[in-house]
Amino acid sequence: MSAGNMRLTLKVWRQSNTDTQGGFESYNLDGVSPDMSFLEMFDILNEQLIEENKEPVAFDHDCREGICGSCSMFINGRPHGPLKGVTTCQLHMRSFQDGDTITVEPWRAGAFPVIKDLVVDRDGFDRIISAGGFVSVNTGNAQDANSLPIPKENADDAFSAAACIACGACVAACKNASAMLFVSAKISQLALLPQGQAERNIRAEKMVAQMDAEGFGNCTNTHACSAECPKEISFENIARMNREYIGAKSSSKGV
Amino acid sequence: MATSSRLDARIPQGSLEDKWEKYKSTVPLVNPANKRNIEVIVVGTGLAGASAAATLAEMGYKVKAFCFQDSPRRAHSIAAQGGINAAKNYQNDGDSVHRLFYDTIKGGDYRSREANVHRLAEVSGNIIDQCVAQGVPFAREYGGLLSNRSFGGVQVQRTFYAAGQTGQQLLLGAYSGLQRQVGMGTITMYNRHEMLDVVKIDGKCRGIIARNLVTGELERHSAHAVLLCTGGYGNVFYLSTNAMGSNVTAAWKAHKRGAFFANPCFTQIHPTCIPVSGEHQSKLTLMSESLRNDGRIWVPKKQNDTRPGNEIPEDERDYYLERRYPAFGNLVPRDIASRAAKERCDAGYGVGSSKLAVFLDFSAAFHRYGQGEANKNNITNAPESQILEWGKAVVKEKYGNLFDMYKQITGEDPYEVPMRIYPAVHYTMGGLWVDYNLMTTVPGLYSLGEANFSDHGANRLGASALMQGLADGYFVIPITVGAYLAGEIRTGKISTDHEAFVQTEKEVSDRIQKLITIKGKTSPEVFHRRLGKIMWDKCGMARNEEGLKEAIAEIRALREEFWTDVKVMGKIGDFNPELDKANRVADFIELGELMCIDALTRDESCGGHFREEFQTEEGEALRDDENFMFVSAWEHIATEKWELHKEDLVYDNIKIAQRSYK
Repeated sequence: MSAGNMRLTLKVWRQSNTDTQGGFESYNLDGVSPDMSFLEMFDILNEQLIEENKEPVAFDHDCREGICGSCSMFINGRPHGPLKGVTTCQLHMRSFQDGDTITVEPWRAGAFPVIKDLVVDRDGFDRIISAGGFVSVNTGNAQDANSLPIPKENADDAFSAAACIACGACVAACKNASAMLFVSAKISQLALLPQGQAERNIRAEKMVAQMDAEGFGNCTNTHACSAECPKEISFENIARMNREYIGAKSSSKGV
Repeated sequence: MATSSRLDARIPQGSLEDKWEKYKSTVPLVNPANKRNIEVIVVGTGLAGASAAATLAEMGYKVKAFCFQDSPRRAHSIAAQGGINAAKNYQNDGDSVHRLFYDTIKGGDYRSREANVHRLAEVSGNIIDQCVAQGVPFAREYGGLLSNRSFGGVQVQRTFYAAGQTGQQLLLGAYSGLQRQVGMGTITMYNRHEMLDVVKIDGKCRGIIARNLVTGELERHSAHAVLLCTGGYGNVFYLSTNAMGSNVTAAWKAHKRGAFFANPCFTQIHPTCIPVSGEHQSKLTLMSESLRNDGRIWVPKKQNDTRPGNEIPEDERDYYLERRYPAFGNLVPRDIASRAAKERCDAGYGVGSSKLAVFLDFSAAFHRYGQGEANKNNITNAPESQILEWGKAVVKEKYGNLFDMYKQITGEDPYEVPMRIYPAVHYTMGGLWVDYNLMTTVPGLYSLGEANFSDHGANRLGASALMQGLADGYFVIPITVGAYLAGEIRTGKISTDHEAFVQTEKEVSDRIQKLITIKGKTSPEVFHRRLGKIMWDKCGMARNEEGLKEAIAEIRALREEFWTDVKVMGKIGDFNPELDKANRVADFIELGELMCIDALTRDESCGGHFREEFQTEEGEALRDDENFMFVSAWEHIATEKWELHKEDLVYDNIKIAQRSYK
């Protein structure tokens, strides 16, 4: 069905469910076009497996335009593969060579248990947001939007932090499986804006506490998270989070 | 012509400007103690669903929210790029509630309901206030105030934005509100769950059957009201800008349980998408309409011109939108821009290897912005190359993520060569029929956002989908749902042991069993592709009677084949995306048939519905207001059988005219 002529060997992690042992399976794939996305290449693999009456590889994906954060493949030892600032769904096969062997694994982290094959459970991220990643403003209580001027620079910095897609690449890249880049991006976004000030301290305390409770590791400043982040979230955010957290703790009312 | 007795839109009395205000002050309320005992199910967590769930929980209702994604934050609203409209008039360019109302009705080619659209315009300003209060980082000017840009079909600047990621930022705002309530225990969140049926007891909607997509188990959930915020059905075309998982299943199940489906043939083909590159293509990617603020669309004046865009001299370029529509130029509405691109390509002026593409060119913008930077810095003798560099930096700040995405997908650098674009399926104006309260024809069952039909007529204006989703969720449903729930305070807890739950669950279970035991030869994916090809060829950008009749016959045959030859791998009690897909494709096939029937019935052209038999001499859509100024609301009777009910559209406040953007 495809006009391409690349031939690949894929080593893919297969695991039936959370409780069973997984392992690598190798597949040969022909007819790959350099214009295909990495996930379209997996579509072809799955069509081939179905034809052979084998179960297709389960993987998370949805928008396929780099914004929903669903896709989560660990490709040749790097989250989202070889390119900088690119999600798996936006990675194209022109980034690989004919004849390559490509290894594909799920995110590996204790706080991200494997559900099946390449699909992991990232619910911990939602629980961290529930702990404090918001401004407590009920619908209908807002003043006119322009009554609160915000310096462009602050708004731009807040936006850069808010661009996080919660894919979990930062956790997968980190040798400690730390979620600090994800958590700090949200803390930074709201700490940089006047709307976030009222809950600034309690937010930092609660989100960090939940992060620890989920079993994510600590930060040892290797910067792997921001190097591999498909949205290039800055490592500076972690420094800001630490400042917010220390400030909050020093005046803590014991959250 | 008279509205069917089966349809009561429940539009409040009074003048257009007073309806909503008066309604809000007189609608029945539910007191706080009673709210705690009333349960509401919200299906879908995009802008409409997340904002509705959060707001209803804040008000005190017990909410259960469902999404098929692994997190509510991944609903496809996240991918909306360009912006959100609001009648704030911050730019002092003459905007007003009435103007937003008028632009939306006109943009929809006079096929939407006046009262609903006016309410949408009225609450639009509050949306921006709410989002800013949540910490949504909209683009700002140096003075610290909010920035605006233009979108199609409009002559004011009323679009608020956050780079090319407005949908993401708005959804994360609504999601943060939702997660806050989850943390407080007022919302129970069910992610990786798909709604597979609606449960009705004594004619009222009383709950849903959902499938846990991790374990495969079926679950019964009861509630006093169910809100379907499940998005559009563009994936019926297989290739669209929708997410891979976007589907019609929830809306379709509701339809088969008695909710009428309105204007299913009204689909929006977006003019600026990255063209198809080959057979392997799984989805199409939009390049935001906001790019038409600064990009100019053209094709070569010569047919079959194979020179690269940047080597074709200025006087050999045909800026066909500026030529045909001087008043709006590159910012004509989407349906018009799409048809104009198709017309040029069909006539042999298309570019790129497939010849199904036109250029979207930023070189003039690079120069204009670069010159602006030079002026700002008092530099008078900068070389052109330097000016272009500065200009590119400005464009990068506005649209950087879109340019990066284009480069990633096509392998071409749009800062150096013009983008190639072509129309693609993007949005569906049709959807479940709802009254002024957003309730479907099934009592207690509501539909919000893209899933309903109400606000965009036959064509949606850019940056209005985000506005409608959030208007419905934050400001409309929290009030209108009271009209129904005030009558439910004595109902008490609804038992899921009721015979209706048992029976509905069994029907869902039987269907899943059937899908997995057919063990045919063809994957759901292949059926989906085949359906998409029929729909695109015969019910796409242009339609005609003969093609639609063929399509209906082909889709019926495809349905038969699907139910005898589909091959679904894996097990029922397991994480099984193939089974999920098969379920969705089966529903898309049935929907496709209804879309073609609807398109065949509507013997006129309007907005995105272009019947080749009905066009003006210049090739514009030719409406027939005398015979077709109505909403088509289809009632499902049996397989291959629907009954049409008409809701007359009455325009008391707008003068009907042929839409002109010249």
